[in-house]
Amino acid sequence: MKRRDFLKKSILVIAGASVPLSALQMVDPKKVLAENLDIHWAFLIDTFKCVGCGFCVKACKTENNIPFEANVTRTWVERYVYTKDDRRYIDSPKGALYGYTDPRIDMGMGEYKEIDPDNVGKAFFVPKLCNHCITPPCTQVCPVGATYKADNGVVLVDRSWCIGCGYCIMACPYGARFFHPTLHVADKCTFCYHRITKGMDTACVNACPFGARKMCNIRDIDDPITKIIMNQRVGVLKDEFGTKPQAFYIGLAQEVR
Amino acid sequence: MVIGIVLAILVFRLFYVPNDFESGERGFMYSYYRQSNELEWENQPIKYLDTGKQHMHEFCIECHSHEVEIRTEDLHGVIACENCHGPALDHPIHPEKLEIDRSREVCLRCHTLLTYTTSERKRIPGIDPKEHMTEYECVECHNPHNPRLEDM
Repeated sequence: MKRRDFLKKSILVIAGASVPLSALQMVDPKKVLAENLDIHWAFLIDTFKCVGCGFCVKACKTENNIPFEANVTRTWVERYVYTKDDRRYIDSPKGALYGYTDPRIDMGMGEYKEIDPDNVGKAFFVPKLCNHCITPPCTQVCPVGATYKADNGVVLVDRSWCIGCGYCIMACPYGARFFHPTLHVADKCTFCYHRITKGMDTACVNACPFGARKMCNIRDIDDPITKIIMNQRVGVLKDEFGTKPQAFYIGLAQEVR
Repeated sequence: MVIGIVLAILVFRLFYVPNDFESGERGFMYSYYRQSNELEWENQPIKYLDTGKQHMHEFCIECHSHEVEIRTEDLHGVIACENCHGPALDHPIHPEKLEIDRSREVCLRCHTLLTYTTSERKRIPGIDPKEHMTEYECVECHNPHNPRLEDM
């Protein structure tokens, strides 16, 4: 076969193979349906309202049977302290399970950093949880299909199918996944799937006294929380990763990632 | 030999993988999973039943309407009952009485003095837990349902 013929034929084959694929994608009814689903859960966090009481972490651990003393949690609260001499301190002792009852910064390994109250420039608290990304990296790396994005936007783990390899824990850029200490499977925030599917708020939203955490169906444009996400200045964490997070934050700082 | 192994794996897979394993709306990359797992998550037991101030403590008010009403609206009224009283579960059948958290620690979550003027924490009165009445529980002097100092 001549070189010219070979090139001609391969172009024909490639063109022939690619046309039906793209044509199929254009009319795939499932895709069209996915664009018009009724429910897609999203989360809104107002960092201005959070006082770091940690009731959300306590409620989450109780509701979802996460061992209390183990140093893993589905949601946690971070403290950011900026001093006037431009030093930044971030800590989250036990994920703020017992709140912040110490003005000192927990530096880890039993070390604490004393900060002069007059030297505190700005300080704030940021609650964190799984972002339930639109394109989650964690579900792509699962070798057995145990973690997935449900049609209503929630990323879940199949506990009976998970083999505990830990790839998804590595893949999550937000550190939202952890290894369940007693069940030995990957675990993560489920948006309290058993509650939201019955019309209740998640345990953390319920427990927050200040309304720093809110949930909404982002497809319902009449929902007041959806309106805030659409109309106000909200940010997401690590936008540059292209994960399209569905947890939106009011009052993000550059250091919050 | 190789074909035999491949066939054996395929046959094993046929029996081992549950029938409801298929792709969801998001396609193979994001949602190839055991469809019945969604239902398993849905059927987890609910523990916290109170709905918070936004819905006027819908669950608790059914029996404890008096207690819900006397709570001062502008102060501790924003705290969900179950944050201190514990998750309701099947209350009042199981448990019959809830275990109330009366510890200092529960108050200190918000009332530890942190000098963070830029955070909402500045609006909450705070104490130094190492100096303020260290031998007593907070609830021995302060009424958690009506914490106004002038009503003490």
